[in-house]
Amino acid sequence: MRTSFIAKKPSVLVFLLALAAFTIAVTILSEGFGIGVISTSFIKTLGKTLCLCLIAVAMDLVWGFTGILSLGHFAFFGLGGYMIGMWLMYERTRLIVSEALMQGQIPPTDAEVIEGIGNQIFGVVGSSEFPIVWAFADSLGLQLLLVVLVPGILALIFGWLAFRSRVTGVYLSILTQAMTLALALYLFQNDSGLRGNNGLSGLQNLPGVETPQSIVSMWFFLASALALALGYTLAAWIVSGKFGSVIRGIRDNETRVRFLGYSVEGFKLAVFTFTACIAAIAGALYYPQAGIINPAEVVPIASIYLAVWVAIGGRGRLYGAVIGAGFVSLISTWFTGGQAPDINLGFYTIKWVDWWLVLLGLSFVAVTLFAPKGIGGLFDRLKKEGGA
Amino acid sequence: MSTLLEVSGVSVSFDGFKAINNLSFQIADAELRAVIGPNGAGKTTFMDIVTGKTRPDEGRVIWGERSVSLLRMNEAQIAREGIGRKFQKPTVFENQTVRENFLMALKKDRGVLSVLLFRPSKADHEQVDALAEQVGMLAELDRLAGELSHGQKQWLEIGMLLAQEPRLLLVDEPAAGMTPEEREHTSELLVQAAKTRAVVVVEHDMEFVRRLGCKVTVLHEGAVLAEGSLDHVTSNSDVIDVYLGR
Ligand SMILES: Nc1ncnc2c1ncn2[C@@H]1O[C@H](COP(=O)(O)OP(=O)(O)OP(=O)(O)O)[C@@H](O)[C@H]1O
Ligand SMILES: [Mg+2]
Repeated sequence: MRTSFIAKKPSVLVFLLALAAFTIAVTILSEGFGIGVISTSFIKTLGKTLCLCLIAVAMDLVWGFTGILSLGHFAFFGLGGYMIGMWLMYERTRLIVSEALMQGQIPPTDAEVIEGIGNQIFGVVGSSEFPIVWAFADSLGLQLLLVVLVPGILALIFGWLAFRSRVTGVYLSILTQAMTLALALYLFQNDSGLRGNNGLSGLQNLPGVETPQSIVSMWFFLASALALALGYTLAAWIVSGKFGSVIRGIRDNETRVRFLGYSVEGFKLAVFTFTACIAAIAGALYYPQAGIINPAEVVPIASIYLAVWVAIGGRGRLYGAVIGAGFVSLISTWFTGGQAPDINLGFYTIKWVDWWLVLLGLSFVAVTLFAPKGIGGLFDRLKKEGGA
Repeated sequence: MSTLLEVSGVSVSFDGFKAINNLSFQIADAELRAVIGPNGAGKTTFMDIVTGKTRPDEGRVIWGERSVSLLRMNEAQIAREGIGRKFQKPTVFENQTVRENFLMALKKDRGVLSVLLFRPSKADHEQVDALAEQVGMLAELDRLAGELSHGQKQWLEIGMLLAQEPRLLLVDEPAAGMTPEEREHTSELLVQAAKTRAVVVVEHDMEFVRRLGCKVTVLHEGAVLAEGSLDHVTSNSDVIDVYLGR
């Protein structure tokens, strides 16, 4: 069956080969494992981009295939990042605090160590008490589980309430934005237990690992590539069969699907929750490469960008989502990173750091108007011309 | 023959306008029934009520041997009980192939997990072929449904209904927009289908109704005006008044 699935979807094979070629090339050129042409910081950018491609695949599944324009999937991405960030920060602080206390005459008690960690982590928000949400932060296994459980359960509850009441279209999009805003506002508070607007930092340092960043960055880069490969294949498998038929049917005419006897709400909830978990995994891989996560990452606009990437890449085709996210986020890094040369018009200088968003907005409008199938749609045209 | 569906004393109003007014209707297993009536008589609304799309203000809708009430179920549950529906405007999944449309309709477990793991067996493909043959679409199986002609879409939808293996089929204006030959084929299909299940056909075209050769129910202003053979109802003076607008 597996072979027939790949055979039926040659685009999956092409995608996997392209991703493998890219990964190998980057590895050879990297500082950590190769000849050092690509700097460690750029490896991190590439690794992060792969995570963004993964969340774009999730977005395509929920929006492009099922027709649910969720403007809240970046909230799940951020939550995934927070969950892994808690362990990273706790464990590293614990090692540092223990070591410092060991310098003293008497070995420290557990309570002293805990208090020390609390002081270190929550000092910035004027506290040293461990909030309840950190209850499992000392266990990597449990925090990894929470990476999928917390966003998954949030998506399940939110989706159940929204879909059961048959909220659709623009109203659902607004509702997902409201959820994202509520989460961001909660995280911004100092007493949220997650260090308010300071967020969690130092996430690039793996506790107890002395390996240099040039190597660690490669681990994360390779893990991100693997996650994207798995996520893409899984998504392609899901949409290839009858499940794919049903969700595309829901996108195009959900009433008709209902009269065929399918519980539309159940399918929507399944896709919404599953994609929220994928988004969370992408986030959990992204933030250790970014090094820091704070509430500004989950503000509502981030989720809107995600929809823009998928639209530019071409929704309803998984490789389109990957192209859109990869292309736009890399260009965006280039423009906003100050690398793009400013354009001097004599009377006015276009600074790309400021004007990039305008350009992105205009491209979005242009794609919507002139190429509704996005960049991925160009492949169709090539195929047609080649075939004819 | 036992009663399969019993609708009794059902009323529904939209913004004060009574679209269905104390309507009662029964159909037995393996019965073919035509429902006629002028525009706005409430024929489509009647189907909406039976299939759970519209909730009536009062009345009962009782289904099957177990005499369960359909009013407590949602659209998907009612469909799974064995009630299939063809809409007035043909609605097939235009972005998918005819085969995919059929496969989605085949009577199988509708749960999320079983759908995810479903891969069509040889028997399933054979069943799809047989259905396609029955509605004359064998050659179109791998075409996108959106590319089909209007009449072909109607047939695809009828074929999908048959694939669901319903016990009751509600068909809203199946012959609209069809050529005379297509109409004839369609009426044969429906007569054939009614040999093993109950079929309710809403149709304006009297010639088509005559070919069905079955009991006719005339709806007017949301209630049953007359019931009986086509000749019987068309000679009824109330019916003549309604149709001639007197
Ligand atoms: N959702 C609704 N809201 C308001 N009015 C409605 C609604 N559905 C139906 N109606 C009204 O109820 C009446 C019955 O409509 P219905 O569609 O059942 O008629 P019909 O017998 O199917 O007519 P036709 O032969 O034109 O298809 C019409 O006057 C219609 O305008
Ligand atoms: Mg009607």
